[in-house]
Amino acid sequence: MSGAAFSKSEMMIVAAARELAGQRVCFVGVGLPNIAVNLAQRTVAPELELVYEAGVFGARPARLPLSIGDPTIVTGATAVTSMYELFSFYLQGGLIDVGFLGAAQIDRFGNINTTVIGDYADPATRLPGSGGACEIAINARQVFVIMRQSRRSFVDQIDFRTSAGNLGGAADSERIRREQGWIGRGPSVVVTDLAIWHFDESGEMRVDSLHPGVSIDDVRAATGWQPRVSAELATTPEPTADELRLIREELDPGGAYTG
Amino acid sequence: MRDAIADLVRDGDTVAIEGFTHLICFAAGHEIIRQGRRDLTLARLTPDLIYDQMIAAGVARKLIFSWLGNPGVGGLGAIRRRTEVATSARPGDPEGEGKLPRLELEEYSHFGMVGRYTAGAAGLPFYPIRSYFETDLPKANPLIREVQSPYGDGVVYAVPPLKPDVTIVHAQRADAAGNTQVWGLLGCQKEAAFAADRVIVVVEELVDEAVVRADPNRTIIPGLIVDAVVVEPFGAHPSYVQGAYDRDNQFYLDWDAITRDEEALQGWLREWVHDLDGRAAYVEKLGAERVAALKPGSAPSGSVDYGRYQ
Repeated sequence: MSGAAFSKSEMMIVAAARELAGQRVCFVGVGLPNIAVNLAQRTVAPELELVYEAGVFGARPARLPLSIGDPTIVTGATAVTSMYELFSFYLQGGLIDVGFLGAAQIDRFGNINTTVIGDYADPATRLPGSGGACEIAINARQVFVIMRQSRRSFVDQIDFRTSAGNLGGAADSERIRREQGWIGRGPSVVVTDLAIWHFDESGEMRVDSLHPGVSIDDVRAATGWQPRVSAELATTPEPTADELRLIREELDPGGAYTG
Repeated sequence: MRDAIADLVRDGDTVAIEGFTHLICFAAGHEIIRQGRRDLTLARLTPDLIYDQMIAAGVARKLIFSWLGNPGVGGLGAIRRRTEVATSARPGDPEGEGKLPRLELEEYSHFGMVGRYTAGAAGLPFYPIRSYFETDLPKANPLIREVQSPYGDGVVYAVPPLKPDVTIVHAQRADAAGNTQVWGLLGCQKEAAFAADRVIVVVEELVDEAVVRADPNRTIIPGLIVDAVVVEPFGAHPSYVQGAYDRDNQFYLDWDAITRDEEALQGWLREWVHDLDGRAAYVEKLGAERVAALKPGSAPSGSVDYGRYQ
């Protein structure tokens, strides 16, 4: 324990990084996953193979990549591939243990929207779209999600399903995955700036751990449905001094992710 | 550059300026703006700042893409304003007065776009991928279609071939015949070039044929399919060229404010595109200090021995 002050964003990134302990191959999504995965490689998962959709396997970035196509992911990497090879052989070929995604909207079953707010043909807000997320969600063996949570992002109904989660629930999801031969088992954890959620046997998200200083009422106020709460609700261990130093001095000195 | 764009890019063409974060040919995009091309269909996985600029300049009517944003920074204001309901309208919309014309979108995922170029390059009627199941993308884009395996072992999704009229690729080096070598991220430039009717290669450096032949594993595009080679150092700024210059991240950050304001954006286009006659003037305007600051340290590859077989 550091006892040092830390921000909600720092707690979220640290908690997300810790979830990667024991994982081997991680497909790194755009935005917050990028810093969480890079922190994990420097802490709980030094053997983690970082895969970037730009066409890199086994990245060892010397600085936090400014985007998921930064030249630092190339220098010193195990392999540079074409995007065709990356998506065909590494992802669709079943080599990805964890697909780490961000999201604009998510529902209780972990289905994700990164496409539009409002109607698709006449959107109120045009979001980036799928990128590789749609195929990562189907072909990575499991999916981790990191995102800030509010009533606008944790919604009862997402406006557009860009990336499949547990569909209408575990029974529905397991049947469709089996029938269609998906490699992926679907989402397993969602880390937000308030809490850590896992998925229960019904396929719905459940609050398992509250970040320090966060109450269950705070989480309810930032969730667009009545959330399920673990009977053994935990408190997320605070960031250590080392984790905070890595974020502040090495990974994000400009505060792009944590400011 | 002026001649290559004048000869090879025509009004109404489908144009792909490819390069995934790496090797994005801004110099070619700016020349297309200067020459006033109209009604283009722009294809690119990640439209990035260059298509935001081209669309703001009015060269395009349609965008084919898979991820729309300013990578690592935020949104693309010009494209959003021509896409969202509050600021844009289709022709004939009674509420369209004072709004910008709506940009037509054709949307895929990254693998879908890569599959489209692959089918285009390989002469296939479609490319099958294991994606899109149980998502809204096939509803949003009816060209994404479910197909049964002819071997009776399930369903995949098909995407149609994409064959650009023109593909423009930026690279570290090529010889005069257009044999083009790239290192660093490869994106899908190879697929996009082979899929195209016409290919323009823009390079940092023109090299002797012997340089290419000394390292043939690095060649991604043969001169056989190249229509024009343009030498344009720093032509990918503010994106980057592995080993030559870094991404100008300050530019990407500054763009966030410029693109939010249509007037500021049009002012930027006047100052940095219309009022300059080419890339050399752009580099001079950037200034030697800014250019020098983007030069990376050195990390040479080891060399390999191909052997001599006589």
